[in-house]
Amino acid sequence: MKLTLHIWRQEQGASTGAMHTYALTDIPEDMSFLEMLDLLNEQLMKQGERVIEFDSDCREGICGQCGMMINGRAHGPLKHTTTCQLYMRSFKDGDTIYAEPFRAAAFPVVCDLKIDRSAFDRIIGAGGYVSVSTGQAPEANSIPYAHETAEAAFDAAACIGCGACVATCKNSSAALFTGAKITHMALLPQGQTETAARTQKMVAQMHKEHFGHCTNTEACEVECPQQISVLHIARMNYEYNKASLLHK
Amino acid sequence: MDAKIPAGPLAEKWASYKAHAKLVNPANRKKMDIIVVGTGLAGASCAASLAEMGYQVKSFCFQDTPRRAHSVAAQGGVNACKNYRNDGDSIYRMFYDTIKGGDFRAREANVYRLAECSQQLIDQAVAQGVPFAREYGGYLNNRSFGGVQVSRTFYARGQTGQQLLLGAYQALMRQEAAGKVQLFTRHEMLDLVLIDGKAKGIITRDLQTGAIERHGAHVVVLATGGYGKMYYLSTLAMGCNASAIWRAHKKGACMASPSWVQFHPTSLPQSGEHQSKLTLMSESLRNDGRIWVPAKQADERAPNDIPEAERDYYLERRYPSFGNLAPRDIASRAAKERIDAGFGAGVMKNAVYLDFSKAISEQGQNKIAEKYGNLFTMYQRITGINAYRQPMLISPSAHFSMGGLWVDYELMTTIPGLFALGEANFADHGANRLGANSLLQASVDGYFIAPYTIPNYLAGELQGGKTDTDHPAFEAAEKAVRQQLQQFLQSKGQLPADHFHKTLGKILYDYCGLSRNRAGLEKAIREIKALKEQFYHELCITGNERINTELEKAGRVADYFEMGELLCHDALTREESCGAHFREEHQTPEGEALRDDENFCFVSVWEWNKGEPVLHKEELVFENVKLSVRSYK
Ligand SMILES: Cc1cc2nc3c(=O)[nH]c(=O)nc-3n(C[C@H](O)[C@H](O)[C@H](O)COP(=O)(O)OP(=O)(O)OC[C@H]3O[C@@H](n4cnc5c(N)ncnc54)[C@H](O)[C@@H]3O)c2cc1C
Ligand code: FES
Repeated sequence: MKLTLHIWRQEQGASTGAMHTYALTDIPEDMSFLEMLDLLNEQLMKQGERVIEFDSDCREGICGQCGMMINGRAHGPLKHTTTCQLYMRSFKDGDTIYAEPFRAAAFPVVCDLKIDRSAFDRIIGAGGYVSVSTGQAPEANSIPYAHETAEAAFDAAACIGCGACVATCKNSSAALFTGAKITHMALLPQGQTETAARTQKMVAQMHKEHFGHCTNTEACEVECPQQISVLHIARMNYEYNKASLLHK
Repeated sequence: MDAKIPAGPLAEKWASYKAHAKLVNPANRKKMDIIVVGTGLAGASCAASLAEMGYQVKSFCFQDTPRRAHSVAAQGGVNACKNYRNDGDSIYRMFYDTIKGGDFRAREANVYRLAECSQQLIDQAVAQGVPFAREYGGYLNNRSFGGVQVSRTFYARGQTGQQLLLGAYQALMRQEAAGKVQLFTRHEMLDLVLIDGKAKGIITRDLQTGAIERHGAHVVVLATGGYGKMYYLSTLAMGCNASAIWRAHKKGACMASPSWVQFHPTSLPQSGEHQSKLTLMSESLRNDGRIWVPAKQADERAPNDIPEAERDYYLERRYPSFGNLAPRDIASRAAKERIDAGFGAGVMKNAVYLDFSKAISEQGQNKIAEKYGNLFTMYQRITGINAYRQPMLISPSAHFSMGGLWVDYELMTTIPGLFALGEANFADHGANRLGANSLLQASVDGYFIAPYTIPNYLAGELQGGKTDTDHPAFEAAEKAVRQQLQQFLQSKGQLPADHFHKTLGKILYDYCGLSRNRAGLEKAIREIKALKEQFYHELCITGNERINTELEKAGRVADYFEMGELLCHDALTREESCGAHFREEHQTPEGEALRDDENFCFVSVWEWNKGEPVLHKEELVFENVKLSVRSYK
């Protein structure tokens, strides 16, 4: 297929960026979107131009390193699919495609389509863990918990930290990311002890990083590659209120 | 080569090591700096554990956050001999399975310790909040994996690696927030610095700014993962590389049996030239999927139109007692044999079928979806095929490196003060790794072994004071790194780094892949040399020394050439077939591997000598198992 691409180019964080237009022909439909960009980069190199910088690593939808806005949608037209798992069969001959970085005050652009998501790491560092050091663990089967609890905790823990939830949110809120980690930990007996303090610290960090507030639009759940449920945001709010009432 | 294995009976070696290892007192730990390169299971667990003990840790990764290390991609599970199933599992049995799985080419003492520590790892992960699968009664669940007859694999749906890694990552971030770990993301290690023969630091490039930096420490730990990406098409991530271990090798760390690379039997086949990776379908699928090819060559019928009687379930036929759960090397080679003989399936005739129809009719689609739902979804996304209705197409792909930096029992390389952990080292898997043993090995290295062995080394380094990064050794290393980068940037050719990488990958697949022979390996060495020549003349790089993906790739490919040559040389000099290393000259009339214990019961340990590798041997001594022909029939 033949495509027209409009891609955001920005030398570095401080410089101003702009959309640039490129044309591609003979794109097979079993090519992935990122392989299509690889091909475009090869062409740019032949013309002596700097390649388009974009992030990807595993290319199988699990590491969370890829991610861009494609035609205005985080990770492109498919629901629950990372950019690297998007194949060209989702487009048709003659299409025009717009690719831009995920945009949020908390995710500054590094170069072209690459952004800085270290704010997520700092939210985890604020309390997204069980305070257990190596050597302290009791025998694994000494604290049984239900199959359903494990499955529910897994659903929350499956987050890949790609940032699509933030990018798609009109408020650039990190509520889904933060809520998922709080729920994961709060569901498990191992994590419960610290729930109140964890919730307060993680929410405070989220605000410090300039993520917006959640206004329950629920767009994040639609884009999330792991289908993380917005109910985790409700859970976070519940835990936060409980902590504020009981622990101040 | 002296592996420094503690004396005493096998089962007491580790306890005895721990009892006698030297300690560093808490006041001194604060003064000691440790560099850990890599934030996968091995690196993150090591960095977090050492920081918890009170050391000052600097942690490096090339991704934008530690949580993306490729451990994240492991799907199937992690082994531990908890014997929760009461199916006869024990430390000894796990030890034996691993030694046998590795085709008797691993060190007994290391493997025993791995099995021993496996129990603790599950405790550790559960305490961190890893949501392993549970039975309805609330106790931990297990599944079985290739190469064993007990159920000892713990799993978190199809994302076990991700969940284990998040546990380690969170522990790491906890220490970062506490000021005990300094994180350097988007940093690539480009050289190792030695002072007076000891590892004292590294040179890195900040991939975001292009800045070349010097980092000094009392100990350097490399936990930089596997080098399977050398084959270009592999199950590894785009950024996986051999550069950290290769550059350490060129500084004096010996490389052990690098040609022992595992090809995973169940990855998606190549579908075209543009492809950048081969996605893995977890081996756990072989619990319920049956592997077959058409019994007739070049059969053009759709799989569902081929009647039962005209299908060849070749694993069940050749290996009746293990069947579809035969170990990876055997399953991969059997697939290649069928494909090469003209029985392959799919458009490029380069695949075999993995069929779930029997399991679905017996257990129902819902049960299968609960076990492997995400894999079926992924398969459909990539291929457009619904595998609940039609068998999957799979084929072998470069996957795991058993070889790596040679380490002794303490996980120290031949350079004092340089440790190698996880997939980056050669240690526990011998010539073939059993499924679900490597998440285990990476974690055990980092959580339970390095926290004893690194202090044992540091206890002898208390006098030294801080490492001075103005030392001429740092200067020289930095200069060499800058020169290489300049050389790449000035290159005015027309071919991108990926072109060279793909070409190298093809050479390696053809001649140093699932099966090898003398003529092929000699040819590969000649072709790699020629390709390397061409690379230095015709490489095309645009952009500048700041952020530049192409510059990163060029450095990695340059190292792959040199290491690729060593792989072929290693394979050429091993005149036997063992595990993943199958030399066509050494096989039984039925096509099974023919090991030569008389002449090759050793690990090949290579010393760098400007491209003319020098061989040292670590003789393998088996005191607790009897060497036997590894039969899965
Ligand atoms: C698709 C797939 C599925 C798998 N499934 C399983 C499974 O089910 N069970 C199992 O037991 N094993 C499995 N494995 C194997 C297992 O996942 C790996 O062997 C293991 O996770 C390796 O961990 P590691 O910590 O050694 O390395 P990695 O997790 O690969 O980490 C390497 C780290 O080193 C860093 N790094 C590398 N080079 C540099 C450099 N030059 N400079 C700076 N940093 C660098 C990276 O940034 C990264 O942080 C699988 C492997 C793959 C590829
Ligand atoms: S590259 Fe890893 S999720 Fe897309």
